[in-house]
Amino acid sequence: MFTLCLEFKIIMPRKRRELYNKEICACSIFGAMNRDGDRFTAEGVMKAIANMHVRGNGLGGGFAAYGIYPDYRDYYALHLMFTGHDWEAKRSAKQDFDAFLCENFDVVHDEEVPHRDESTVTDPPLVWRYFVLPNKKGDEAQLSDEDYVVKKVMWVNTQIEKAFVFSSGKNMGCFKGVGYPEEIGEYFMLDRLYRAYTWTAHGRFPTNTQAWWGGAHPFSLLDISVVHNGEISSYGTNRWYLEMYGYACTLQTDTEVIAYAADLLMRRQHLPVELVAKILAPPIWNSIDRMNESERKLLTALRMVYGPLLMNGPFAIIIGQTGKMIGLTDRIRLRPLTAATRGAMFYLSSEEAAIRLISPQLDDVWTPNGGEPVVGELKNIRMVKDEVIRLS
Amino acid sequence: MKSFVFPEFQIIRDEAKCGQCRGCERQCAFGTHRYDEAQDRLISDDYKCVGCQRCVIFCPKDAIVVKPTQSFYRPNASWSREKLEDLKRQAETGGVILTGCGNDKPFRIYWDHIVLNASQVTNPSIDPLREPMELRTFLGSKPDFMGVEVENGDVEIETKLSPNLMVETPILFSAMSYGAISYNAFRALATAACKSGTYFNTGEGGLPREMREEFGRCAIVQVASGRFGIDAEYLNCAAAVEIKVGQGAKPGIGGHLPGEKVSAEVAATRMIPVGTDAISPAPHHDIYSIEDLSMLIYALKEATNYEKPISVKIAAVHNFAAIASGIVRAGADIIAIDGLRGGTGAAPKAIRDNVGIPIELAISSLDRRLRDEGIRNRASIIAAGGIRCSADVIKAIALGADAVYIGSAALIAMGCTLCQKCYTGKCNWGICTQDPRLAGRLNTEIAATRLSNLIHAWSHEISEMLGGMGINALESLRGNHDHLRGIGLYEWELDVLGIKGAGE
Ligand code: SF4
Ligand code: SF4
Repeated sequence: MFTLCLEFKIIMPRKRRELYNKEICACSIFGAMNRDGDRFTAEGVMKAIANMHVRGNGLGGGFAAYGIYPDYRDYYALHLMFTGHDWEAKRSAKQDFDAFLCENFDVVHDEEVPHRDESTVTDPPLVWRYFVLPNKKGDEAQLSDEDYVVKKVMWVNTQIEKAFVFSSGKNMGCFKGVGYPEEIGEYFMLDRLYRAYTWTAHGRFPTNTQAWWGGAHPFSLLDISVVHNGEISSYGTNRWYLEMYGYACTLQTDTEVIAYAADLLMRRQHLPVELVAKILAPPIWNSIDRMNESERKLLTALRMVYGPLLMNGPFAIIIGQTGKMIGLTDRIRLRPLTAATRGAMFYLSSEEAAIRLISPQLDDVWTPNGGEPVVGELKNIRMVKDEVIRLS
Repeated sequence: MKSFVFPEFQIIRDEAKCGQCRGCERQCAFGTHRYDEAQDRLISDDYKCVGCQRCVIFCPKDAIVVKPTQSFYRPNASWSREKLEDLKRQAETGGVILTGCGNDKPFRIYWDHIVLNASQVTNPSIDPLREPMELRTFLGSKPDFMGVEVENGDVEIETKLSPNLMVETPILFSAMSYGAISYNAFRALATAACKSGTYFNTGEGGLPREMREEFGRCAIVQVASGRFGIDAEYLNCAAAVEIKVGQGAKPGIGGHLPGEKVSAEVAATRMIPVGTDAISPAPHHDIYSIEDLSMLIYALKEATNYEKPISVKIAAVHNFAAIASGIVRAGADIIAIDGLRGGTGAAPKAIRDNVGIPIELAISSLDRRLRDEGIRNRASIIAAGGIRCSADVIKAIALGADAVYIGSAALIAMGCTLCQKCYTGKCNWGICTQDPRLAGRLNTEIAATRLSNLIHAWSHEISEMLGGMGINALESLRGNHDHLRGIGLYEWELDVLGIKGAGE
C-alpha cells in the first residue's frame, strides 16, 4: 500500500502539448435554396457538384439538407456514424452509444439511414438516425435544450470511441462520407428519398489526411452546417478562443471552428448574421478608420472583442441554418464564390458553370465582395451591402 | 588595499594614428584616458575602463581599440573568471555586488530554439508591400460577449466596454524612470512612442509636469512601492496606469536611486527633497495580499474615473501564473510579466543572475492558465524581458502575448552598449546618468528618430513574417502555437511551451 501511495505522488501531472494535426484541403462547394420553402430532391445539386469533380479527389463528399423530416420536425435528429473494422465492431460501438443515449434522451424513433448496397463507396460505417428529446436531470436541468444537446454531442465526439455525431439539428440532417460527393449522394439515395428546401454540398480535396468519414463536410452542430473551401491560418487562435467557451475541437479541421464560431455568435450570443460576417471577415482598419463615427465605433468594438475569431487565410463558406443560407468569403477574397437567383431559387457555388448546368437561365448572377455576406432567407433574399460586383 | 582583480579590458592606441586631440579623455567619464604633456601622448589606465566603447566610436582618427584583456586565470570550468573576480571584489569590499542591465548568463534562450511557419501552395502567402497587413492591437479587458440591440438596421452596443489601449504595433517601451535614465533619454522615448502610435512607460519616477500635456496620451504611468511623483494629474494625464509589483531583473527586491542622482528636476518630479536617496521598498507596504492589490487597482480606477486600463506588472517567478490569474480576478486589465532577462538600472548581481524564469516559458504558461480558467479575454498580456528583435516579438505573440515591452533594446537603439555600469551614474552614452555634461551628449531628436526607426523596422519585419504565414492581421497569430515548432528542446520544454517539435 505504502509504495503505491508514493508512486502516486511522484507522478506529476504535466499538461501534454497538443499534438493535433490540422488538415488542409481545397474543395468545391455548392448550395441551393428555395426561398418559398418548396422542397426538392438532391438530383440537381448532385449534378452541379459532380460538375466540379476535379476540385475534389474522392476523399470526401457530403450534403446538408433542411426540411427533410417534417414528420419529426420537433425532435432533434441525430445522425450518428459508427466505425469499426467489421460489422460486429460497428454494432458494439452503437451499443455503447445507445446506452448513453437512453440515459440522456427520450428517443421517439430510430432507424438505420437507408443506403444502396451496390455502391462504389468503400468501407462505409454504420449510419443511424435517432429522433430525440432531451431528458435533462440534476444540474443539467438548468441548461437550455440546445446547450444540453451541444454538451452531449461534444461528449460523444470526445468520449465514445468509434461513435461520431454527423448532425444534431431539428428537421435537418447531414449525409457525408469518403468518396466523390455524387457517389455519397447515390449511396444515401438523396435524389430519391429526401426533399429539402435547402441543400448544401461539398466535394473535398484533402492534402494530408487519410480518409475518414467523420472528416468530410458539412460540419454541423445543432441546425448550423458549414461547407468550406480553404485553409484557415488562424486555426490555432480560433481554436483556443472557442475552447474557452466549451467547444472541443476534436476533428482537427478548420471547418469545425467555423461551425462552432457560428454557433457561439449566432445562437448563444444572438448576434445578427451581418455582424457575424464582420467578425469572421472584418473590414481592414484602413476602411474602418474612414467610416462615419457610429459605424467606426461598432466595427472597432467588434474587432477588439472578437479579434480571436477573425478567420484568416483563404476561405469561401456556405453556412446552412433553419430558414437561411449564407455565403461568405475571406476579407481579401482568396477563394471563389458565385451567387445567383432564379425565381424563388437562390444559388451559391464555387463555379458559375455548376449553377448554369442546372439552371441555364438566371435572373441575377454576381460575385460577392470579400467579407460581404450573401444571405438567402425563406421568402426573402438580403444582400447586406449594395456594392456587389455584377457580372451579368 | 591592493586589488587582486586585473583589468577587464585592454586599451590599445595606435600611436601612429593618434593626433593627441584628447577627445577620448573628454569622452570617458570613468577617467581612463589622460594626456601626458611631458610625453605629448595619451596614457590609458586599463583598470578604469568598463568597455562601453564610447571612446572607440568617437575617436576621430579611429586610433583606439578596446578589447577583453588577454590575461587569464588558469581555466577552470567551475571557477570561471567571473566567479573568481566577484569573490575577490567582495573580499576587498565586503559589499553586495551591484550591476546593471539584464541577466547575461547562458540560460537557454528559447527564442533561438523556436522556428516559424510559412505558407506553401494551399494557403497563399501575402505580400505586405501590396496587401494591407494589420498589427493594430488593443490592450485591456474584453467582455465575454458583446450584446447588441438592432433597431431598424441600426446597431447599438449594449455591453459596456472596458477602456483599452490601442497600439499600432505590438511593441511598447518598458518602464524606465526619469532619474534612472536622463531627461533626454526619457523624452526621446516619449517622443518616439507618440510618433509611432505606441506607448512609453514612465517607470516609478513620475512624469515631469511640462511633459504631461504633450506626452501624457502615450504614457503608461507607474505606481510603484515608493509612490514617487503621484498626484491626480499624473494619473489622469496618462493613457493607462501600471502598478509595479515586481521586475524581472530583481524579483522580490526594491529600488534605490542614490541621492547623487536626485537633481533638482528629478526631485521635483519625484516629489522628494533634492539629494535624498529615493528608496522603493521591496513590497508595497499597503499590499500584503491579493485583496490589498485589488483595493489599489480599484482605488486607481476610481481616481481615473474608470477611463483607463490598469496594468499590473510582476516578475515571472515559479508560481506566477496562479498569482497572475488572481490579479486578473482582482480587476487588472493588463498583466505585464517581466522575465529572467529583464533589465535594470541597478540590481544586486546575485539576484539578477539567479532569480526568475525565462519569459518564453512564462508567456505560454500564463496564457494557458488564463485560458483554462476561461478568463483570458479579461486581461491582456504584455511580455517583457529579453526581446531582442522582431522575430522574438512575433514568437512572443504566437506563444500567447498580446504585446511586448522593450527596454534594453530601446536603450541600445539610443547608443547603449550593455556595459552594465548604469548604477554608477557615469553612463558615457548620456542615457543612464544625471550628470548634465554626460546627459547632454544624447540629442533628444536624434535618439527619438533612432527609436522610431527601430519600431518601424521591426513592424515591417513582423508584417513580412506574418504575410509569409498567410496571415494579414496580428490578432490571428495570437496564441497560435500551430505556427511554431521547437528545435533542440526537451520534451518537458515543448510541453511547457505547448508547441510541437520541428517536423512533428
Ligand atoms: S570606459 Fe568606455 S570610454 Fe572609457 S575607455 Fe573604456 S571604452 Fe573608452
Ligand atoms: S545605459 Fe549606459 S551605463 Fe547602462 S549599460 Fe548602457 S551604456 Fe552602459
